[in-house]
Amino acid sequence: MGNVIGIGAAPKRKEDQRFLTGRGNYVSDIKRPGMAAGVFVRSPHGHAVLRGIDKSAALAAPGVIAVLTGDDVADDGLGSLPCGWGITDAKGVPMKEPPFPMLAQDKVRFVGDLVAFVVAETVEQANVAAELLKVDYEVLPSVVGVLEAVRPDAPQLFDDVPNNICCDWELGDKAAVENAFKKAAHVAKLSLVNNRLIGNPMEPRAAIAEYEPGTDRTTLWTTSQFPHVVRFLMGALVLNIPQHKLRVVAPDVGGGFGVKQFHYGEEAVITWAAKRVRRPVKWVASRSEGYVSDRHGRDHVTEAELALDETGKFLAFRVNTLANMGGYLSTFGPNIPTNLYGPLLGGVYTTPAIYCNVKVVFTNTVPVDAYRGAGRPEATFVLERIVDVAAAEMGIDRVELRRRNMIPKEAYPYQTPVLVQYDSGDPMGCLDGALAAADVKNFGVRKAASASKGKFRGLGYSTYVEACGLAPSRFAGRLGARGGLYESATVRVHPTGQVTVMIGTHNHGQGHETTFAQIVSDKLGVAFENVDIVFGDTDRVQFGMGTYGSRSLVVGGAALSKATDKVIAKGKKIAAHLLEAAEVDIQFESGKFSVAGTDRAKSFEEIAGAAYVPHDYPLEVLEPGLEEQAYYDPVNFTYPGGCHIAEVEVDPETGTVTLVNYTAVDDVGTVINPMIVEGQLHGGIVQGVGQALFENAVYDEGSGQLLSGSLMDYCMPRADHLPMMKVATHSTLCTHTPMGVKGCGEVGTIGSPAAVINAVVDALSHLGVTHVDMPATPNRIWRLLQNASLPVAAE
Amino acid sequence: MQISFTLNGRPTTVEVEPATLVAELLREQLNLTGTHIGCDTSQCGACVVHLDGLPVKSCTLLAPALDGATLLTIEGLQGAPGSNRMHPMQEAFREHHGLQCGFCTPGMLMTAVALATEKPDLTEADVRHGLEGNICRCTGYQNIVVSVMAGAAAMNAAKGE
Repeated sequence: MGNVIGIGAAPKRKEDQRFLTGRGNYVSDIKRPGMAAGVFVRSPHGHAVLRGIDKSAALAAPGVIAVLTGDDVADDGLGSLPCGWGITDAKGVPMKEPPFPMLAQDKVRFVGDLVAFVVAETVEQANVAAELLKVDYEVLPSVVGVLEAVRPDAPQLFDDVPNNICCDWELGDKAAVENAFKKAAHVAKLSLVNNRLIGNPMEPRAAIAEYEPGTDRTTLWTTSQFPHVVRFLMGALVLNIPQHKLRVVAPDVGGGFGVKQFHYGEEAVITWAAKRVRRPVKWVASRSEGYVSDRHGRDHVTEAELALDETGKFLAFRVNTLANMGGYLSTFGPNIPTNLYGPLLGGVYTTPAIYCNVKVVFTNTVPVDAYRGAGRPEATFVLERIVDVAAAEMGIDRVELRRRNMIPKEAYPYQTPVLVQYDSGDPMGCLDGALAAADVKNFGVRKAASASKGKFRGLGYSTYVEACGLAPSRFAGRLGARGGLYESATVRVHPTGQVTVMIGTHNHGQGHETTFAQIVSDKLGVAFENVDIVFGDTDRVQFGMGTYGSRSLVVGGAALSKATDKVIAKGKKIAAHLLEAAEVDIQFESGKFSVAGTDRAKSFEEIAGAAYVPHDYPLEVLEPGLEEQAYYDPVNFTYPGGCHIAEVEVDPETGTVTLVNYTAVDDVGTVINPMIVEGQLHGGIVQGVGQALFENAVYDEGSGQLLSGSLMDYCMPRADHLPMMKVATHSTLCTHTPMGVKGCGEVGTIGSPAAVINAVVDALSHLGVTHVDMPATPNRIWRLLQNASLPVAAE
Repeated sequence: MQISFTLNGRPTTVEVEPATLVAELLREQLNLTGTHIGCDTSQCGACVVHLDGLPVKSCTLLAPALDGATLLTIEGLQGAPGSNRMHPMQEAFREHHGLQCGFCTPGMLMTAVALATEKPDLTEADVRHGLEGNICRCTGYQNIVVSVMAGAAAMNAAKGE
């Protein structure tokens, strides 16, 4: 017998044993009998007309089984990759939605665009044949930046998308904002760039497809965050495979961060190819291949204005953003810079009027989609930067200005002027906690110590709110979602009382096997060891929307909680029958069903056993078995939030920014497993720090070449870039999720970029520096200091 | 060509192409898939194994170099000989939540064991510097650093017994 482990405890993770001993089961580890190897031929040009492909030499190469191109896709009458979210402009006109073919047909639109697929006996043979494929390109000029792409003379990606604008989207009361600006005592203005990022989960994407002619069934193993959605999008909309003939499995997946949540052309091509060649086919991306095909994140250019009265109260906020979509619309692409960005521009403040215009723009770059935080880090960055700019210009302390505008705890639920209503929160409490934990009152001493070494020290704040667990389906549908946003869970109680849970979310590092088992252990009084969590297989799990947007515990955990409640309700019926009592008199506590006020009781195991041995059951009113399923569609987003404080030291000789202290106090609602939550916060913060200081995807304008095309050129945070961080939670409970949880996977990435850049600007403010674009690399800072035309030596 | 080496304590002889990388040999021919391949530029460290006791990136090492050598992979890392227990470094990673998705973990562990073996009194700065060649995208490294220090202390304690 093991232990019941409750909510709030921190058991060690169930999944760790296999990962620690090298026995994880990732897609690239899987082999199938008779497996062939697939290699993709990708466009080397950012923009080109595809005039023709000569396959003959490639087909004649040793070991080659097939060479497939866009013509074959067209011949087979297959669909193109669907976009899962349709947005409309202010007049209700739908976005321009050009087709995204699984293999390019008329044109290629980014370096890395899929051109052909070569299947051979071995990877080496497929690579040799890929080199022999003769592709006739008519190279066109590329446009990679959004400012360039909307110019009238810019290269046009699609004939029917003038000025490369997919949608001119807006949110908020434009007239109210204009009126408020007329009354403002001060207007702060800021232009900024939110840099393009590459997700870089450590496991590169991979897929294996296998077709069984005997059953006409296809299995796809893929590195996906949502196998059921891939089955639906790919089966129903791209390849015309009936859902019951298609199994999608996402086994152990080595990190996702959003990048693995989209339906990719590679998955569709390999599934189609496996059926054509009647062989299992495997493809594993190299890291460099991932750089030109994994969906990128962020990439905004923004102009923002904040209107304030003479006391520093925010009157209105106006934001105009150009958002890069890349060469095509990815699965959720258009939703990220619009619905997940505009509604977060209120932040934790009482700003009464907000207006946001976003031009969603096509360019010759890898398609952009959701990357950890997705829209919310961009919103937080604009808002928390401009608050600092306003504070500096008005001579009001940065913390004080935030306090004057913060939503007080007692004002929740709080309706913002941009759609969303926050149910609970305590931004001031998070701020106070962070100020104390960061020892802000002694910052001056530390700054003086830095100065004595010739270094500039800065402190930066970011108080933020996020919206996670996208919901409810009805609301999302009105905003253009083409799918539901619920989650499902099945709790299967075995005759011996052990439990298997089938859940629609996907575990790729978040510790679901542990957290979800804890919920079941806590609620059913079953030993933690006796609960297994099954995910990632459309044949084993009924349905699910997967893991993204910090939704797993918020939405999936709620479905699981509901399903366990149903198990308890059924258990009470069985107990009432066995104990010859009325159902209303049965209580369930600590794993025991008992008759109220008596010592007559049956254990959970006894009830489970009886459920499957229905002797003398009143079968007309009580079915045998103990397995329950629940679907949960949330009534609102949940709104985690918090305060992050970064402390940096800048070396004026080299321009190097060193993060020396980092403090975060986050409100994530109920904490099920504090160890796992803390780990999520650490990881999230470092992804935001990565954006602020190191990471940048850089394209060459004109040729469209990705210059940061490998880990040699794209600076990932490493262990020696970072200090020990202090993280803590200061939680208010979500008022509408069953356990009060809010989600924690993305808060770190949302809070940290602004905190770090605000600290860098603070360190350099005595030189007249008012803004630094991300990433604050040594080169960028050094150049800034050279151009500051002010003495760079510390005083 | 044929090569012979000691793999996780066992004599092993295999036929390899001269251009085969050790990481490929382990994964494709020997079915030891715990050694992971996370990049193509020797940057990420997911493939670290021990060659004659020293940590190496097996994605940059050609299989013929193994001839006559001793190789230890994650599958061979274990506690006291004959026991089913994990190595103290593996235990420390589990105890201190030094992993999330698990993909970088085998390489991280092999580097960590080598660091602790080379310098028993590791400081935080030593650990952070020593992990430079291993990238983790999930943990933010904090719990990995804590794990490595705890694992090193446990290895020292085990040596003292």
